[in-house]
Amino acid sequence: MSVTTPNTPHETVDPVDDGLEKAVVKKWKAPIAFAIFVIISALLFFVARRDGVTELRLSAENDAIKLPSIEAPVMATGIVVVILLALMTAGAFWLANQAKRIPLWLTAVFGIVFMYGFLTWAGADKSIPITGLLLGSVALSAPLIFGALGGVISERVGVVNVAIEGQLLAGAFLSAFVASITRNPFAGLLAAIVAGVLVSFVLAAFAIKYLVDQVIVGVVLNVLVAGLTSFLYSTVLSSNTEAFNTPPRLPRIPIPLLSDIPILGRVLFDQTIIIYLMYIAIALVFYGLFFTKWGLRLRAVGEHPQAADTVGIRVNSTRFWNVSIAGAIAGLGGAYFTLGSVGGFTKEMTAGAGFIALAAVIFGRWDPIRATLAALLFGFATNLQNTLGAIGSGVPSEFLLMLPYLVTIFAVAGLVGQVRGPAASGKPYIKS
Amino acid sequence: MKLELRGITKRFGSLVANDHIDLVVEPGEIHCLLGENGAGKSTLMNVLYGLYQAEEGDILLDDSVQHFEGPGDAMRAGIGMVHQHFMLIPVFTVAENVMLGHEETKAGGRLNLDAARARVREISARFGFDVDPDALVGDLPVGIQQRVEIIKALSRDASVLVFDEPTAVLTPQETDELMTIMRQLKSEGTSIVFITHKLREVREVADRITVVRLGKIVGEASPTASNSELAALMVGRNVELTVHKEPARPGAASLVVEHLDVIDANGIKVVNDVSFEVHEGEILAIAGVQGNGQTELTEAILGIQPRTNGSISLNGTRLNGQSVKKVLNAGVGFVPEDRTHDGLVGEFTIAENLMLDRSDQQPFVKGGTLQLKALNDFAEEKKREFDIRAESITTHAGRLSGGNQQKVVLARELSRELKLFVASQPTRGIDVGSIEFVHKRMVETRDAGVPVIVVSTELDEVVALADRIAVMYRGSIVGIVPGDTPRDVLGLMMAGETGVAA
Repeated sequence: MSVTTPNTPHETVDPVDDGLEKAVVKKWKAPIAFAIFVIISALLFFVARRDGVTELRLSAENDAIKLPSIEAPVMATGIVVVILLALMTAGAFWLANQAKRIPLWLTAVFGIVFMYGFLTWAGADKSIPITGLLLGSVALSAPLIFGALGGVISERVGVVNVAIEGQLLAGAFLSAFVASITRNPFAGLLAAIVAGVLVSFVLAAFAIKYLVDQVIVGVVLNVLVAGLTSFLYSTVLSSNTEAFNTPPRLPRIPIPLLSDIPILGRVLFDQTIIIYLMYIAIALVFYGLFFTKWGLRLRAVGEHPQAADTVGIRVNSTRFWNVSIAGAIAGLGGAYFTLGSVGGFTKEMTAGAGFIALAAVIFGRWDPIRATLAALLFGFATNLQNTLGAIGSGVPSEFLLMLPYLVTIFAVAGLVGQVRGPAASGKPYIKS
Repeated sequence: MKLELRGITKRFGSLVANDHIDLVVEPGEIHCLLGENGAGKSTLMNVLYGLYQAEEGDILLDDSVQHFEGPGDAMRAGIGMVHQHFMLIPVFTVAENVMLGHEETKAGGRLNLDAARARVREISARFGFDVDPDALVGDLPVGIQQRVEIIKALSRDASVLVFDEPTAVLTPQETDELMTIMRQLKSEGTSIVFITHKLREVREVADRITVVRLGKIVGEASPTASNSELAALMVGRNVELTVHKEPARPGAASLVVEHLDVIDANGIKVVNDVSFEVHEGEILAIAGVQGNGQTELTEAILGIQPRTNGSISLNGTRLNGQSVKKVLNAGVGFVPEDRTHDGLVGEFTIAENLMLDRSDQQPFVKGGTLQLKALNDFAEEKKREFDIRAESITTHAGRLSGGNQQKVVLARELSRELKLFVASQPTRGIDVGSIEFVHKRMVETRDAGVPVIVVSTELDEVVALADRIAVMYRGSIVGIVPGDTPRDVLGLMMAGETGVAA
């Protein structure tokens, strides 16, 4: 794995050659990982053998433009997939032996081919709704993306945000409650933002003002929010579910024309306002972080707070307000649980999404776009489990439940390797 | 602009870092603030720059009293500072660093990088700097980074410029260039405060010299004063500027390093094909500007660099690939470059620090239990022998002055039976008295027949101690020359010029 420092988006080149000789270092991690996946697919197709034909449905009943389904015979597909994967693995080994980097597109193609093979195998004699799979992926990714954006901002400004989980949960709770009593989902959205900010205030106050270890404050906050919301859920919300915990759901707003694009149209452009807010948030955070004064100062504070101080930037207040903004974004993600999908608060309903979001921040190398893609990957893994369970594919459900977390561990430990986060992240700035 | 400091007093707890300091810097003057490490020079300048708030006293610019809440105020008033540890963000470009804190924006809040680039180019052109506004600062050599700091200050129209120990990281040639830049700034009417403890530089460039000792101004001196006069004023007594040593009587080659590469985490050869040997009873000084592979070389000898090629052997036994413990047991004494991080545990007592390298063996540990009596006797003896100035052996090492901390490290490392002694920057940041002591002990170690390696970026120290000098540049040894090689030759070698040694 190569190591590039996260910085401005136009900087993805190798560390600049400063004239020192580079030692030839061969890195075998990626090709070995490839080989393991080849073995897994071979085992699936030839040992845990399944026959029949898999139908991959590309359109739903009511789509404007209908695409025909793909009918894939399992064995034939298996043979082709295994050969393709083996070829790519051989290529990867060759590249590694030349001490070259495995290009990202190769990894992406490898992943798509493997996934196609896996779906065909898992859905033998069944029909897999691709649109539904993707739609669900976006749905499940949404809170992760909001959480990851919050995490990126917070860590870039120098405060490790372990409290994403708490911010999501607080957002989910307060949005459900407020939306229920006001009967207005938009009031719920606002409440989610407030909840996230409140959690952030505590984090910021303890981490920045009182210099408590940021990871510990974050962990404690998660436990606190989980306890508090569970308590209020059993005492308040459950006392009158009708009045306090039946938030109106946000309506879907299809965007004309765009929502008619085959496959992706419904996935991306027939969504609730939260998802559209998410698109805006991703764009704004990306633009803000790398192209505005706000972002430049924020990153400076997270990299070298003393340098920022010496040019007249107020380090601790910059940190405080940006951690609050991060909380607002993460809190909004919490609203998705109650206003965007399920429709009602339940105890600890975020179920670790905040920690997956944290993993997405690292996997995405503290970059909003990459973190979004990472969150999408995790969302996809989760929804794959749901979809395969729903169609009754016969893959053991215990294995499927493991899937999203397996992906997380592999992604963070295996693919990321050694990356460098913001230099001053986690370190309080003490002015003498 | 005329700068005046009146009665500045700054305390840290019970320590008085600045005690009623008065200082006047006239427009277009280079005013040197000369003093030892810890004399309070940097504190004074941080007060001036708004980083610290003084308890008493006033700062006046052109005779009007200023109140600086923070560096932002100081900069707006026209004060710029080139910090000893550069205040640059390594992952930002030059232009981004220069614009930070006073950014211009275009429509949509977009940063106006073009304006910043133009500003960098304009100032670069004025002073003949060759600085690419789009280069990442972390990739630039330190000499260029310093110019970025200067550009940063000038882009804010600073008319008082403070240089805090600017030459510590520069080659002699770069130092000369910096002097030229300072004279040019002066001729444009900028007032310059130049903080240093290096006598040579002071005499070369200063218009006036103010000497600071223990937080107080002890006098003014003229640039024509001799080195020993300035040194006596700075230290408060007459000091020996030279190290007394007899000619070396080198024995057999003891440490042999052959074709050593050290590869860092990014796969870069930070030490590249280095070969040399050190004989018993000689001091080999490794000279070079900070960051040219010296640190990694010494760490490779100790065995804490994970990826090395080639071989390091001591009296025929291979050292690299061995655990650090085996290396230590082979008789290697090691003084690390950063004593507070790598040399000591600040929260441990002096006594505990003295036994760190023998935490698993007699006489300090028996049957898994600390032998406190043995340890205390040992510590008391070393405290006397090495003149460690502390209340007692139970004082925490972190509370000692730099010089006394270094004496603790030396006491620990020199109290084993040594076959090789490696000292990295042994006198960095310590007072003159301690420097004399450290140098004396190193020469004694040599005279006892131990091969000694001294890594130093200070040419004075290299010349004072070395029997032979190896100069490192960009991970390689440029050449190994006799100890009496002229400084200008060494300077050129430190800048990577090969062939001058012949």
